[in-house]
Amino acid sequence: MSTRLSKGGRLIDRTKPQTFTFNGKSMAGFAGDTLASALLANDQMLVGRSFKYHRPRGIVGSGPEEPNALVNLGTGARFEPNQRTTTTELFSGLTATSQNHWPSLEFDVGVVNNYVARFLPAGFYYKTFIHPRFAWKHVFEPIIRQSAGLGQVPKEADADRYEYAYGFADILVVGGGIAGLQAALAAAKAGARVTVLEQTAHFGGRAPVDGDVIDGKPAEEWVKATVQALSAMENVTVMARTMAVGVYDHGYVLAEEKVADHTPGDGRPKKRMWRLRVGKIITATGAIERPLAFAGNDIPGVMLAAAVRDYVVNHGVSVGDRTVVVTNNDDAYRTAIALKEAGLEVPVILDARAAVSGDLHAKARALGIRVETGKAVVKVKGGKRVTGVAIGAQAGEGSVLEEVACDAVAMSGGWSPVVHLFSHCGGKLNWDEAQAHFRPDANRAPTNQNGEAMVYAAGTANGLLTGDQVLADAVAAADAALGKASGVAAASVTVPAEGAMLPVWIMPQGAGPALKMKMWLDYQNDVKVSDVQLAAREGYTSVEHTKRYTTLGMATDQGKLSNINGLAVLANALHEDIPRVGTTTFRPPYTPVTLGALAGESRGEIFQPLRRSPIHEWHEAHGAYMEPVGLWRRPYCFTRGAESHEASVHREILNTRSNVGLLDASTLGKIIVKGPDAGKFLDMLYTNVMSNLGVGKCRYGLMCSEQGFLSDDGVVVRLSDDTWLCHTTTGGADRIHGWMEDWLQCEWWDWQVYTANVTEQYAQIAVAGPKARQLLEKLGGMDVSKAALPFMAFSEGSLGNIPARVHRISFSGELSYEIAVPASHGLALWERLIEAGQEFGVMPYGTEAMHIMRAEKGFIMIGDETDGTVIPQDLNLGWAISKKKADYLGKRGQERNYLASPDRWKLAGFETLDGSVIEDGAYIPAVGNNPNGQGNTQGRVTSTYHSPTLGKGIAMGLIHGGLGRMGEVVEFTKMDGGRVKARVVDPVFYDKEGARNDV
Amino acid sequence: MLILECPYCGVKAEETELANGGEAHLKRFGPGSADNDFESYMFARKNPKGVHFERWRHSYGCGKWFLAARCTATLEVFGTYPAQTAEPPADLQAKIKAKRPDWKGY
Repeated sequence: MSTRLSKGGRLIDRTKPQTFTFNGKSMAGFAGDTLASALLANDQMLVGRSFKYHRPRGIVGSGPEEPNALVNLGTGARFEPNQRTTTTELFSGLTATSQNHWPSLEFDVGVVNNYVARFLPAGFYYKTFIHPRFAWKHVFEPIIRQSAGLGQVPKEADADRYEYAYGFADILVVGGGIAGLQAALAAAKAGARVTVLEQTAHFGGRAPVDGDVIDGKPAEEWVKATVQALSAMENVTVMARTMAVGVYDHGYVLAEEKVADHTPGDGRPKKRMWRLRVGKIITATGAIERPLAFAGNDIPGVMLAAAVRDYVVNHGVSVGDRTVVVTNNDDAYRTAIALKEAGLEVPVILDARAAVSGDLHAKARALGIRVETGKAVVKVKGGKRVTGVAIGAQAGEGSVLEEVACDAVAMSGGWSPVVHLFSHCGGKLNWDEAQAHFRPDANRAPTNQNGEAMVYAAGTANGLLTGDQVLADAVAAADAALGKASGVAAASVTVPAEGAMLPVWIMPQGAGPALKMKMWLDYQNDVKVSDVQLAAREGYTSVEHTKRYTTLGMATDQGKLSNINGLAVLANALHEDIPRVGTTTFRPPYTPVTLGALAGESRGEIFQPLRRSPIHEWHEAHGAYMEPVGLWRRPYCFTRGAESHEASVHREILNTRSNVGLLDASTLGKIIVKGPDAGKFLDMLYTNVMSNLGVGKCRYGLMCSEQGFLSDDGVVVRLSDDTWLCHTTTGGADRIHGWMEDWLQCEWWDWQVYTANVTEQYAQIAVAGPKARQLLEKLGGMDVSKAALPFMAFSEGSLGNIPARVHRISFSGELSYEIAVPASHGLALWERLIEAGQEFGVMPYGTEAMHIMRAEKGFIMIGDETDGTVIPQDLNLGWAISKKKADYLGKRGQERNYLASPDRWKLAGFETLDGSVIEDGAYIPAVGNNPNGQGNTQGRVTSTYHSPTLGKGIAMGLIHGGLGRMGEVVEFTKMDGGRVKARVVDPVFYDKEGARNDV
Repeated sequence: MLILECPYCGVKAEETELANGGEAHLKRFGPGSADNDFESYMFARKNPKGVHFERWRHSYGCGKWFLAARCTATLEVFGTYPAQTAEPPADLQAKIKAKRPDWKGY
């Protein structure tokens, strides 16, 4: 069993006990524990179930590479799934539950998959669930979804907050081990602005655990002194608990700082997302130990050798009383020595190498540890816990020579440098034959904006596995990043001499199918040696395809343990060299990032900016039901009492048509276009002529994209000889202003035109209805009579002592004035109109009333009648397209034969025979099917409403043949599968002669 | 997250303050032009692995459009220049040619 030792543990504080729960069971640990070390201290080796076969899973590693020990952390609004216990700092009150099991961790029904595993090989989803077709959706998928998957989705809104922070540095050092600290020291002493990131709460990396001696002192002392020295330097920022997530273009690095993960609810943000922009990056990210592939290597109690050592040395935790060490390199001997020195039993070291030499080997022998060379684990015995190992010759096929009882196995297959950050932005790797790993190629490093190398690997991350090489390499990396010699001498490191490692990809090397089916490569996703070999036999020669077919390396650990082993097995199966098969692509994030941290403060009310009209507060105080229009909020309608929204809208329309209504039109885009060439420019921008518009007059205009499709519309006003004011749609203001600038800056840069988006500088209020003139006359100050201010004219003056420009334009069909005043006067004018309008029955109306009234008049709406595939000609707007102009934006596009075809769907009005409202999105079916077997169509609805004015449903839509089919009865689809009959009519439903406006 | 220097205001702008406008130095074909000319103006875009000329707008800065020459593979930026030109400045072309002898021209 695993337990806490009576002494030892360099990171824990035995005077600070911490209590926590796992699956409801109360447990105790110490400050300085990780959740993993605390679970092991409580003999909780079994922590989860695998993804596919639901096999028991125990802790394998001691760092971010952990594939198995993922738990649900916290409860309620602080619930987080898939948290790695090995990187979770313990605190009192922590609650964790295991994942991916039903009904319980100890007894899991899904484990039945394990007993039929031979029928669930690689790619079984693709092979098995193809027929019958309907079964995927209704049978297979629901069952797979129930049994697959790891953590659960949190059910409550996150109680924590997250924030962004920004940092800058000349040199960013990722990794606070001895290489990172040495590199940072060299760079900082040379005067560079340096930032150092360490993923854990502790600096020093592996060196203090491994017993390196630096400058004659234990590594721990050198680490402490160096961190102190760096922290004292003004040009250095040292950050712990901060994980570099990814390296991106031009020195952009994302890093996630765990601020309050270990102190939840203390008021600080849970995490801080750092957006760093740096000159050069030094990755001193160390290496990750590889597992060995032997049968039963997934049984709880089989762990990485260095992790076993970490738990003993860092946390005073033994993972077993009797630990068998199995290795192909010298480093694992350190684990055997550490265990022995802690008073634990190491029955045997199984070394796959035929001959072993070196200081560590000698020391192990001197401690009396039995070493067997040329030997392998044939099979691990045990179910939910290791009970022993069967030993055989590594060169053999699996004949058992001996069985040894043990309760833990420490394995080491060699070390793979953490090359992720070097590779994210295009860095290339070389295969190192001697160490059997990929390491960064300094000659093919990722480059920055100047074409220079941007990322330098240092120390173990650069493939240098012993301490003496590491520090010299760290200074070299600093010098390279600085572009000059730092002049700093590397500290000297004394390390034991190590022998060469031997690449071992399966154990024993001649193992047959029965053993290979129990050799795990990817623990989380249940990918075994046999699966990768099967994929190779089935023709998967690309490592990227094999990854996706077998799911090797696709789990939350992203193959940190499994990739190299899987790659080697694939290469062997294909009879290829490993470097020729290559690696899969390394992509950010290095480890999973909390979505909350990516969102930062962008949630709730400040998810996006909110634009308010100058009259917004009045609306909110007077029953407005708001709808989003772009970033604006506009009143959809103003409700009174218990009235429904529909009833409000109908009341607002009927009142506007019989009395007078007010619309807050402030959000309409307003762009000033000014200059000697402004008229020429507008003639290019609009489909009709704007240069000949008289001063004081208004004209409706259309804008198209270069492809000819209708993009925006609005009224253009000629303010003076060289100045026009272009009204755009609410959503189009910024886009159209950008469009204008694009053409002026990039195509017609010699034209003398200036544009200014003054949308927010003016409030605009539409006063519409038969009593609109009486209302304005009551305010006084301007002559708004028909003679002085005819339709499509404007005049400037003072209305009720407010400076105003009054346009006689109408989107409702009523007698209508649109009054623009400086934004600061908007609310005053609105309140004046409401007050003065009481005797005329004035009411505000919202966007829905506006929409329905314009539909009653057959006016088109950008976004309803248009969808980016509609040209003005489709909407019977040919009258607004100049035939005389040689050119305008979109003219050439509209000449294309498909757009000029008489077969295009064109605008018409529709009235159902029974007065009902055609459903939104309804189609007009046609006979027959298209080549895809879908029913043919001959038209569709674009706007459809109940008209309170006319007391029936009205609609506009596009139909093949357009108004040429006037009077014909067609059928529209309904959601329930039925049809509704409608007659093709003139889209102007109300006041066809325009008499209401002509007063 | 590229950094491009705006040639108007001199700011070394991060990509978040810029808006990409696609390929630079397109020739506009208007009314009366041949179908294939219009098609290439509208739709045919280069997608090189290597030197590329692009339109960028300093949207959240000075608002000006400018042009940039960069390598799509290595992310090296050869230079940025004002948009009011029909072709890249000669010194920039010479610089690119010196760095990339195989470059066939914009």
